[in-house]
Amino acid sequence: MPLDHTTQTPAATSQTDEARRQIEICNACRYCEGYCSVFPAITRQRAFADGDITQLANLCHNCRGCYYACQYTEPHEFAINLPKALAEARADSWERFAWPGFLAGPFHRSGVAIAVALIVGLAALFWAAQALKPAGGEGFYAVMSHTIMVSIFTPAFLLPLLAIFVGLRAYWREVGGQPVSLAHLKAAFADAVKLKNLSGGAAEGCNFEKGDRFTNVRRWHHQAVMYGFLLCFASTGSATLMHYLLDMPAPYGLFSLPKLLGIPGGLLLTLGGLGMAVLKTRGEKDLGAPALWGGEMAFVLLLSFTGASGLALYAATGTAAVSVLLPLHLGAVLTFFLLAPYSKMVHGFYRLAALVRDAQQKS
Amino acid sequence: MLGRTARRRREALSEITDKVWDVVVVGGGNAALCAAIEAAEAGCRVIILEGAPKTYRGGNSRHTRNFRCMHQGPLSVLTDSYEEDEYFNDLLLVTKGNTDEDLARLAIRTSESCLPWMEAHGVRFQPSLSGTLSLGRTNAFFLGGGKALVNAYYNTAADLGVEVVYEAQVKHVEIEGGRFQAVAVEIAGAAPCRVEGRTIVLASGGFQGDIDWLARAWGPAARNFLIRGTPYNRGVVLKDMLDQGADTVGDPTQCHAVAIDGRAPKFDGGIVTRLDCVPFSVVVNKDGERFYDEGEDVWPKRYAIWGRLVAAQPDQVAYSIIDAKSSTLFMPSVFPAVQSDTLEGLAEQMGLPAAKVRETVDAFNAACREGDFHPTELDGLATDGVEPRKTNWARPITEPPFYGYSLRPGVTFTYLGLKVDATARVTMEGQKLKNVWAAGEIMAGSILGEGYLAGFGMTIGTVFGRIAGQEAAKGATRGVNSNAA
Repeated sequence: MPLDHTTQTPAATSQTDEARRQIEICNACRYCEGYCSVFPAITRQRAFADGDITQLANLCHNCRGCYYACQYTEPHEFAINLPKALAEARADSWERFAWPGFLAGPFHRSGVAIAVALIVGLAALFWAAQALKPAGGEGFYAVMSHTIMVSIFTPAFLLPLLAIFVGLRAYWREVGGQPVSLAHLKAAFADAVKLKNLSGGAAEGCNFEKGDRFTNVRRWHHQAVMYGFLLCFASTGSATLMHYLLDMPAPYGLFSLPKLLGIPGGLLLTLGGLGMAVLKTRGEKDLGAPALWGGEMAFVLLLSFTGASGLALYAATGTAAVSVLLPLHLGAVLTFFLLAPYSKMVHGFYRLAALVRDAQQKS
Repeated sequence: MLGRTARRRREALSEITDKVWDVVVVGGGNAALCAAIEAAEAGCRVIILEGAPKTYRGGNSRHTRNFRCMHQGPLSVLTDSYEEDEYFNDLLLVTKGNTDEDLARLAIRTSESCLPWMEAHGVRFQPSLSGTLSLGRTNAFFLGGGKALVNAYYNTAADLGVEVVYEAQVKHVEIEGGRFQAVAVEIAGAAPCRVEGRTIVLASGGFQGDIDWLARAWGPAARNFLIRGTPYNRGVVLKDMLDQGADTVGDPTQCHAVAIDGRAPKFDGGIVTRLDCVPFSVVVNKDGERFYDEGEDVWPKRYAIWGRLVAAQPDQVAYSIIDAKSSTLFMPSVFPAVQSDTLEGLAEQMGLPAAKVRETVDAFNAACREGDFHPTELDGLATDGVEPRKTNWARPITEPPFYGYSLRPGVTFTYLGLKVDATARVTMEGQKLKNVWAAGEIMAGSILGEGYLAGFGMTIGTVFGRIAGQEAAKGATRGVNSNAA
């Protein structure tokens, strides 16, 4: 390392040190090599800098296979609980990289904070619907004008994206990321679309809700949420394009692109989110980051609520309920967007970055 | 609450003691589980009495990682072929012929059909682990290691309705007129009780967890041995059977022992305590003297003899010293090396006589010759003019920093055990017991007279566990018929 300039390395936290202690034991054992990408990544090194720990922590999908296979879990004196150690190092990294940083702690850790944010978001939308009631308009534009929606959601979408970008840049610097090639992206997305790291290698899924038995239930629910979210996002995106490029404003019929994407998306998001919440009550708390449990739970419920309120809004088309359901749904969406850089949502971005970095290190 | 728990425990206990089980399985490792699963699949009511608490269930199996398997062509994760004769020859080499050929060949031949059976009962395999490529053809590695295998078998057994009792130490096997009647058991939190059965499978391991017994066999040196596996294999059942006159095989001083990191825990250190640096090092005893050829062969073929070599040194300890140029040639160790910029500094930190270590290393360095160094193969880079010679990978120890590791003998399992026949039946004073079978480390001495072959313990456990389970199931059914008649 050149000594003629000072490099800013983050102070090693106790989470990082504990994860490093455990990873060094794992590297002398290697029995878990077949489960996921974390263990092959460990075997590529002999010593682990703080950035290496951050990378491994974000590469871990918390499938818990390694915990149940481990001969060194407590009461053994080596006290290995790698899913927990990495979950805590991961959470620590998200809080360090968040911008502005003070927002990350409360929403990662506290379900109450998320609930309060949701109430504020809903209140804001109800106020907007009341105070800025349009004179005319069709469908839900009779409740809130297109201009108002755009002026609320454009910054509410772009500002969080900017915050996530700032965080990802700090992550990339800490893990020593290289310029990204198409091959790296392809490899990372191939893992993500199948959620390969929750497959347990040749075993059937992960060890989440049934102790040491493998199931794919959590993997399926996670994919439902992920694809549901992406479909909803695509629905909104297609509607925006139709509005501006094709001069086709809402409302859209059942066989329009926004609805064909949005309805299955909303269903997947709602049911997947509920499923994740139920699984979360069955999983062993102490194999994740226990302090984050409340924030994570509130986040999946918020996702599910966002999907459900969107479906309800569509079902209520043409009725008086729209005036209540529209601000309810938009308030949830607003809260979700604004919290994205500071809540569990951010894991998707760091996870993808970790998969890209892993693809680089493998090549 | 407490009262209710106690009552529930009493009820649970009476469910165990009120009936006559078809098959009582003593022990809770690989062999025990294979036997229990086979017997349960044959329709028997089976109980497993595991001495360890649930978190430590599985005996030494939870520390294992692979299964040595004969195969006539590619099989699951195994490449190429590994035929009976080659397998048997490998066994002959390590045991120096000290084996029972019929039983050994039975284990080897049956291993081929065991692998698909294991997969069908929940075990998952993966290609060989990094750092163990030399075993890719002969050994099938368990995905997640031995504890994952143990978990899979416990789940399979639970699905088959097998009753499992943890912290259940069998103290005595009641045998009358060549027939097993019941076992005396101490279950944690309950009064001593009797569990009756029509047949019994003994799969409770060796006695290496009983240091006093080791010391009686080995002398006081054994008190400095480390036990790599479970502390629960104390040989209680083995001793009870021997006291009753069961026939034995194996020498009490023979065991699978390797040289491991001297800082390892007394028990249960498992795989991570191994040290692979010996071939690239100079190894001295506590007096600073070399005592054996460190480069005799590649480490996987030699690590098993170093347990005995170190056991023969004063205080049963040795020290492996390398320099900077060898520091990354072997698998990472779990404990960091002792490190110093000078050889004398290293010797002092390790409590060795510095002047003597300097003299030994200087003599070794002077005997090293120029030549090509190949860390992964026998490179013939030998010393010239030093005793003992180092016959491969001999490079002078000169480049700071210097690194040192202490070595101690680490016992995996003992070979003194019960004599069995090809149906895993136990004999007493030359007579076959009517309804007693044994499997796993408690009888492995029948096949492993000395030495060790990687993955062969799991082969013996699986093959004889399955045989014992099948035979016990047959015996239990016969027993029912004869009682009815």
